[in-house]
Amino acid sequence: MAYNWNWSIFLSDTPAGDATYLGWLFTGLQWTVTLSLSAWLIALSVGSLFGVLRTVPNRGLALLGTTYVEIFRNVPLLVQLFIWYFVLPELLPRELGDAFKQLNPLLQQFLAAMVCLGLFTGARVSEQVRSGINSLPRGQKNAALALGLTLPQAYRYVMLPMAFRIIIPPLTSEFLNIFKNSAVATTIGLIELSRQAQQLVDYTAQPYEAFIAVTVMYLLINVTVMFLMRRVEVNARVPGYIGGSR
Amino acid sequence: MSELYEFDWSSIPGALPLLGKGLLITFEVTLTAIVVGIVWGTLLAIARISASKPLGFAAATYVNLFRSVPLVMVILWFYLIVPQVLKSIFGEGIADIRLASALCAFALFEAAYYSEIIRAGIQSVPRGQVSAAYALGLTHAQTMRLVILPQAFRNMLPLLLTQAIILFQDTSLVYVIGLSDFFGTAYKVGDRDGRLVELLLFAGLIYFIFCFSASQIVRRLQRRYAQ
Repeated sequence: MAYNWNWSIFLSDTPAGDATYLGWLFTGLQWTVTLSLSAWLIALSVGSLFGVLRTVPNRGLALLGTTYVEIFRNVPLLVQLFIWYFVLPELLPRELGDAFKQLNPLLQQFLAAMVCLGLFTGARVSEQVRSGINSLPRGQKNAALALGLTLPQAYRYVMLPMAFRIIIPPLTSEFLNIFKNSAVATTIGLIELSRQAQQLVDYTAQPYEAFIAVTVMYLLINVTVMFLMRRVEVNARVPGYIGGSR
Repeated sequence: MSELYEFDWSSIPGALPLLGKGLLITFEVTLTAIVVGIVWGTLLAIARISASKPLGFAAATYVNLFRSVPLVMVILWFYLIVPQVLKSIFGEGIADIRLASALCAFALFEAAYYSEIIRAGIQSVPRGQVSAAYALGLTHAQTMRLVILPQAFRNMLPLLLTQAIILFQDTSLVYVIGLSDFFGTAYKVGDRDGRLVELLLFAGLIYFIFCFSASQIVRRLQRRYAQ
């Protein structure tokens, strides 16, 4: 198999003439990072809310939390994305659906992917938050209540600060996953990294260079996130807990 | 006045045979990836905890590489490489190059995830078991096969099954190379009949039923083991 390697392809201009192919890759990288970070904000807030709901002494709220988690964990991410992007605008009242369809296509793709990834990851985050809260010694909640804190105050000042510090390692892996899962947005046409890889193949006929470059970018994202989260983890470690004394 | 969407499910009954065929492809990819993934994953796990430094390093690199790249990219990579390799071995005329690529991609990708589960399982077996096996005169390979692995697999059965459920969902991503698995078929039928809304919701429901039932079984298993 003779393959003509041509790494200088990245420096040549795209047919539109407005950027180099390397510029395309960086645009893709920007979309991947923007999408992942904004989805992560949704995932953290929704996940914390539902994680807390599943631990409060109220059957109705707990059931609501469980339903959310079971639905979002048992339907493939790709199917969820297509439902947000193709199905939901049809099911909304017509004015709202039409308003969505009249948005800039790029914005439509981004919004659908962001909400989808956010709620998908939120279900996983809520599992971690719940297990973090449940792993606290019972005495912490009882002591907080005995001191006269209300239940919301006990969560706010005693249980959640502890629980979040304990679950940083599993949250790190969810954070890494969101970057990887963001590649699914390629299927609805969002021009993130893996879409750019395919586009570069179409335009340059140099598939290996394009794929290697994009794979390296994903590896770099991975390494960066792990490095940052390790620092967070070291700073937030709870003394006396497993991993706290390392 | 706002009108609501009017559902029309009539294109689903006629499409069931086609959807069934797609579901078979989904199961074929899932099962192949489970079997190959567990076998290759076990070997990787053993290599990773072996005393040999180069072997351990090679296995760790393999596992970390596959675990840091999105599955979509892995599928695209294999769809780039596998057809060329097959062509150079068998010449033209491979029946289904997409399926072959998907099978390779999922088997080798899942092995990386399975090997981490299996490694944790092996390390959860108490050290005394190894010493006892050596004291009884078993070789290293015999110890692994007859003492460590049976206990390790028992401990990690729930995790292996949970990973299989995730894998079953992930196979829908073969959409990116145009393979008609269950989801791909549902999308094509919906697109053809102008009934994308119904077909996508139907596909989601079917996936939910499969995965939810399977996860209930896993939960029951876990409870039994915990006792």
